[in-house]
Amino acid sequence: MIAIIDYDAGNLASVARAVSHLGHANVITRNVDEIRSADRIIFPGVGAAGSAMISLKRLGIDAVLHEAFNQGKPILGICLGTQIIMGYSEENQTRCLDIIPGVVKAFSPDIRDSDGKRLKIPQMGWNRVRPVKYHPVLAGLKETDEFYFVHGFYPEPTYMDHIVGTTHYGIKFASVVGYRNILATQFHLEKSGKPGLALLNNFCWWMP
Amino acid sequence: MLSKRIIPCLDVREGRTTKGIKFKDNVDIGDPVEMARFYYENGAEEIVFYDITASSDKRDIMIDVVRRVAETIFIPFSVGGGIRTVDDMRRVLLAGAEKISINSAAILNPDLISQGAKAFGNQCVVLGMDVKFTGKSHSIPSGYEMVINGGRKQMGIDALEWAQRAESLGAGEICLNSIDADGTQNGYEIVLTELISSQVSIPVIASGGAGKPEHLLDVLTRGCADAALIASMVHYGAYSIPEIKSFLHAGGVKVRSTW
Repeated sequence: MIAIIDYDAGNLASVARAVSHLGHANVITRNVDEIRSADRIIFPGVGAAGSAMISLKRLGIDAVLHEAFNQGKPILGICLGTQIIMGYSEENQTRCLDIIPGVVKAFSPDIRDSDGKRLKIPQMGWNRVRPVKYHPVLAGLKETDEFYFVHGFYPEPTYMDHIVGTTHYGIKFASVVGYRNILATQFHLEKSGKPGLALLNNFCWWMP
Repeated sequence: MLSKRIIPCLDVREGRTTKGIKFKDNVDIGDPVEMARFYYENGAEEIVFYDITASSDKRDIMIDVVRRVAETIFIPFSVGGGIRTVDDMRRVLLAGAEKISINSAAILNPDLISQGAKAFGNQCVVLGMDVKFTGKSHSIPSGYEMVINGGRKQMGIDALEWAQRAESLGAGEICLNSIDADGTQNGYEIVLTELISSQVSIPVIASGGAGKPEHLLDVLTRGCADAALIASMVHYGAYSIPEIKSFLHAGGVKVRSTW
């Protein structure tokens, strides 16, 4: 059973629908016992880091996520979930879970493309992901595959070793981060067509 | 860098896709769920559904369509038409849409934009704009005026001023439809699109007038649009999305090439 964590951070039904479409049993839950008994965890979310951390603490899910990480359970972060597993977010000056050391930064309002044209923030649309190392969850990823991003902040891990994939949007940033049994994507796997579903399916079988 | 988005638009009435010209004479052209699946399989980046069901007691039919689409395609899609309250938005988003689009309801009640943005995030709120060229005047400095009821009613509001106000209220994106170009298949309104796109910092989807791939190339380059809405040119098989993308790629526009 895959637990999709519900912590008042956006609509999680699209993640559940994608996982169900791939044939994996899942449950959207905020119940700590249910999360503890799951084989693997998906930690999604959209919204702001500050209110997300408050909800996580109130529900006691912050401790359960640390526990699951220490037990070696496969965990997938998506979008805000990816930012929340980092150490600290510039958004609302939020102390986060610190599973992967590093900070979450805001895109500079002055980022520009290679022609010098000012880029819109948030980044909203389809962009490529370049793996910087082998990771089983990225198996089969093609250079031309694109993924759906909606974000104004991006993770910046302290250790290069925790960067799994990068994306260009005015700057090069870590769009996939990972450490031991946790992997997290800044883009929405569940909204990225077949390339996204393929990575999501890889995660559902991943044995770290 | 981001790819330019190609977005098929489906007008849905009582659960069936229809197509009309200038909001008149609608004909049935198919099942919206099957059409969405087809465009998803063929490389659309996103799909827009516009509910034109006339009677409000048949609106639940659209919620059912949204639910079935969400189980079928795994790319973002938005739903517009008949959304007048935050509760209407919630129903559509919970049924599985990524975004909702509001048009005349936002003109009549601009607070709806900020309420929606606050409840669901700016990225969920698309401002639909129906715009007509009525000439420059004191009250319409850009010459482009907001209209409703398919262009039948002029609102006395300048399109550029409205776009900027909507952005400050929390709209995450603009779907900019030229009533003058809509249904003509003679090309998008490039001047209007460039005007709005250069003056707001949220993405602009160009709408109205697409008839051939050259029109998309034009609006995505000269018009500075982030995305292009298409309807008739693909609904009847005159062009396919891969064909349009090859043309755009050859013209130097970055598009998603595998899906």
